[in-house]
Amino acid sequence: MKLKAPIFATLAAGAILATSAVAETELTVYTAVEAEDLARYAETFNASHPDIKINWVRDSTGIVTAKLLAERDNPQADVVWGLAATSLLLLKSEGMLEGYAPVGVEKLDAKFVDGDNPPAWVGMDAWVASVCYNTVEAEKAGLKPPTSWKDLTDPMYAGHLIMPNPNSSGTGFLDVSSWLQMFGEEGGWAYMDALHENIARYTHSGSKPCKLAAAGEIPIGISFAFRGAKSKAAGAPLEIIVPSEGVGWDMEATAIVAGTANLEAAKTLVDFTVTLEANEMYNTGYAVVAMPGVAKPVEHFPEGLLDAMIDNDFEFAANNRAAILSEWQSRYDGKSDPK
Amino acid sequence: MSDATLNTLPEGPNIKGKLSRDDIIMRAGMGVIALYLVVTMVFPLYAMLSKSFSTYQFDLATYELQVSDEEGNFSGEILNPLNLNATLGIYGDDDMITGSDGRLPLTKLFPDFSFRSTVKYKIRNKVEGGRFLVGSTLHTELDWLELDSNTFRRAQIRPVKATGFGNFINYFSTPALFNSIKNSLFIAVISTIVTVSLAFWFAYALNRSCMRFKGFFRLVAMAPILVPSLLPGIALVYLFGNQGMIKELLFGASIYGPIGIVIGSVFFTFPHAFLIISTALAISDARLYEAAVSLRASPWRTFWTVTIPGARYGLISAAFVVFNLVITDFGLPKVIGGQFNVLAVDIYKQVIGQQNFEMGAVVSVVLVIPAILAFGIDRMVQSKQVALLSARSVPYQPTPSAKMDGIFLAYCTGVALFVLGMLAVCQFAALIKFWPYDLNLSLNNYQFDKMDGGGWASYFNSIKLGLITAVVGTSIVFFGAYLVEKSNGFRIGRALFQMFAMLPMAIPGMVLGLAYIFFFNNPANPLNAVYGTMAILVICTVTHFYTVSHLTAVTALKQMDREFESVSASLKQPTLKLFGRVTVPVCLPSILDISIYLFVNAMTTVSAVVFLYSPKTTLASIAVLNMDDAGDVAPAAAMGMMIFYTNAAARIIHLIASRGILKRTQAWRTQ
Repeated sequence: MKLKAPIFATLAAGAILATSAVAETELTVYTAVEAEDLARYAETFNASHPDIKINWVRDSTGIVTAKLLAERDNPQADVVWGLAATSLLLLKSEGMLEGYAPVGVEKLDAKFVDGDNPPAWVGMDAWVASVCYNTVEAEKAGLKPPTSWKDLTDPMYAGHLIMPNPNSSGTGFLDVSSWLQMFGEEGGWAYMDALHENIARYTHSGSKPCKLAAAGEIPIGISFAFRGAKSKAAGAPLEIIVPSEGVGWDMEATAIVAGTANLEAAKTLVDFTVTLEANEMYNTGYAVVAMPGVAKPVEHFPEGLLDAMIDNDFEFAANNRAAILSEWQSRYDGKSDPK
Repeated sequence: MSDATLNTLPEGPNIKGKLSRDDIIMRAGMGVIALYLVVTMVFPLYAMLSKSFSTYQFDLATYELQVSDEEGNFSGEILNPLNLNATLGIYGDDDMITGSDGRLPLTKLFPDFSFRSTVKYKIRNKVEGGRFLVGSTLHTELDWLELDSNTFRRAQIRPVKATGFGNFINYFSTPALFNSIKNSLFIAVISTIVTVSLAFWFAYALNRSCMRFKGFFRLVAMAPILVPSLLPGIALVYLFGNQGMIKELLFGASIYGPIGIVIGSVFFTFPHAFLIISTALAISDARLYEAAVSLRASPWRTFWTVTIPGARYGLISAAFVVFNLVITDFGLPKVIGGQFNVLAVDIYKQVIGQQNFEMGAVVSVVLVIPAILAFGIDRMVQSKQVALLSARSVPYQPTPSAKMDGIFLAYCTGVALFVLGMLAVCQFAALIKFWPYDLNLSLNNYQFDKMDGGGWASYFNSIKLGLITAVVGTSIVFFGAYLVEKSNGFRIGRALFQMFAMLPMAIPGMVLGLAYIFFFNNPANPLNAVYGTMAILVICTVTHFYTVSHLTAVTALKQMDREFESVSASLKQPTLKLFGRVTVPVCLPSILDISIYLFVNAMTTVSAVVFLYSPKTTLASIAVLNMDDAGDVAPAAAMGMMIFYTNAAARIIHLIASRGILKRTQAWRTQ
């Protein structure tokens, strides 16, 4: 009998392993989180939930949104983890999100949670516009560092400025929507008219202006602070400038896609995304996270960014998105090459 | 009784040969492959066309409203927004046309609306399928919803689907979009002129001079075919960008725009033009030149009256091929186009940036027109071509001339430097740590897993796609070509099949990819399951490159006498046995050519698959695009060069394999 015990134990262990392998749920998670952070997010989640496997679908904000909207009648995603709130509002207005109040949601800052009950989405962290300023190239071109958005319309910067095209970049859109909110509809367009005169070209992605500034391809790139901080940490001669009027921002948020076949696992994942642990995890790359009191300073993140964040009206942004984009396109897109 | 009836015999029964089992099998096979082409090309294109006519419109008639007095009491009077608008004239018909994301606020229909007022509103959908938003919550129910003034401000109606020319009207009234047609034609024409001229003299030097190193130049000229079209764009950024190595050469002009697109297009279309023109120049009748000499024509005159007319079909064909490649290319203008919008990038921006699939379909339809025109004209011209070489022809042999050979050598060296230089710059950029601030060498840019685009997995996915496409594609194409070439009778069916086989050439990759979304991502489609898998990428790539493969196969099969079929029939051998035992071994060189063609193109294609890849099937060529898009230009160059080395290795293996196989199976040819 003694001999049999270990064998039995091995069998039992084998059986447990087998069942746990069977019990593993796979979640298809759509995200726009930077590629280098994804593995870390999944690892942290799997440390406490080894039974749920995350299959990431990552792309830029616009593409993920397009994908989700295209799949409107046949959703492939179970969860969206890390997509702009503006985009999630679009999905919500299509009735594509499953309302769910994750356990512990009350601990989050209220402006990070959807107003509905149960909320259709919950925020993770904020993603704040900034200006990346290459000190080396700017000096070569004889530029002075700008301190405000209005400064950027100075003729001195003509051809030294790059920003993302809002028609393809979420970052570009949050800039445009913040200017329209800060300067008013007319003032905002007038501002962009003036800015357009200085723009060398518009890029497709939101991180590219900062990377181009980091590489010296252009002295000034309108991008977001997180990208700037990373490039600066990588050794680029960058200054991250927070314009004095205030900066636009969007948040990354999480939501369950209505119609998912794995609702329980999806809820478990969304529960995790609002925990302290998750918020600490977001804090590695983001200075602003949904749970108050968690954020520690991030290296190279510009000071005073929190106070500069405007009181963003996401509903305005989402509901006027189509109109703003087509107006922007008719004004600035497809014009002949800037001189 | 008239004479006519007396003189003619009564019509006999129409005699038809009985179909043999072989004929039935072959027709069935042809049917299957034709069906493949219909499902993978005609249906998706139809889905796209119908999408371009699918518009979104606000239908005011489908809502009902009620307004209360200041105290919040409703009189029960039901207002129709359509009538309100008709009386007030706020929105015109044009305002009713919108995109799928359109929203229309209702407050404008109430001139004395104020969000501070105590007036209340009620709104409801009058019919099923109506949609309106309050804030961002969607309401589809038919029940009345009561809102106070401040909330009513946030009520917006959503459009419903309709059919019509609305999208096209919208397109042609948006200058930003409309301009792209002009831009696309402009760069396509300029690139065509430059590429064809350059390629002509290059091919001329290789075929009509006694210059040295011809083999080397031939190899170099073919190199650009091994890389994605966006790689020259990346090289140009490093050469002429603001931190470019030799940006002074541009005298302050910006490389981002038409200049960059044209230079890059010349690079990536050069091999195509060179191949076609070289074939045209390779055969020439020496007697014509002898005649020219004896008539004392000057070399210049001989060139214009003998050489050019002899090569005219090649030149025309090359011009149309280049034109088509440039106008439909998406990768290059995306990387280096700056603010210079072209049609192919517009499709991408509409679909990916604005999620406006309908407008993407409209731009696709617009893009297909010049592509099909160019293709059609080329076909027409080619059909007029007659054999230049007769049995009495004497092949032309170039005579050495120190001066001319020297000039040609210098010219070809220049072109070779251009081609190799672009590739070298990319490789160099990939190995630099942080251009231009840290010029140390490093392999950091090869850490693809830390970048966007799917990491190293996408590289291996690409190889997988290349191999599957090569095997599956070659089988389908060659078998299809065999059936259409060697089966008896059934003329209409064969003509139809030929037409289907030619069509993919005229369809731009972007258009095909977008059409696939519309067709395969439709839940009602039983083939929906392939969406997002490797299978759809294989199908798309095979279809996209079907025509050239098909033509290669047909050319090889035409060289085989139809007697083979008759002999096998008289020996009572099934045709399929003949196919396996004789046809395939004899045509093996061409089969290998088709498979390497498919492999290389599967590795480099961007436009067709950019809409179709999924996270598990990211591709190396797409990774180049995405890394460049995210600003990781050096890793993009690194990945681009990985594609180059892989394709070059595949070519070498192909060469060795062909040699070995040729020796074993084609020995009879030399006898």
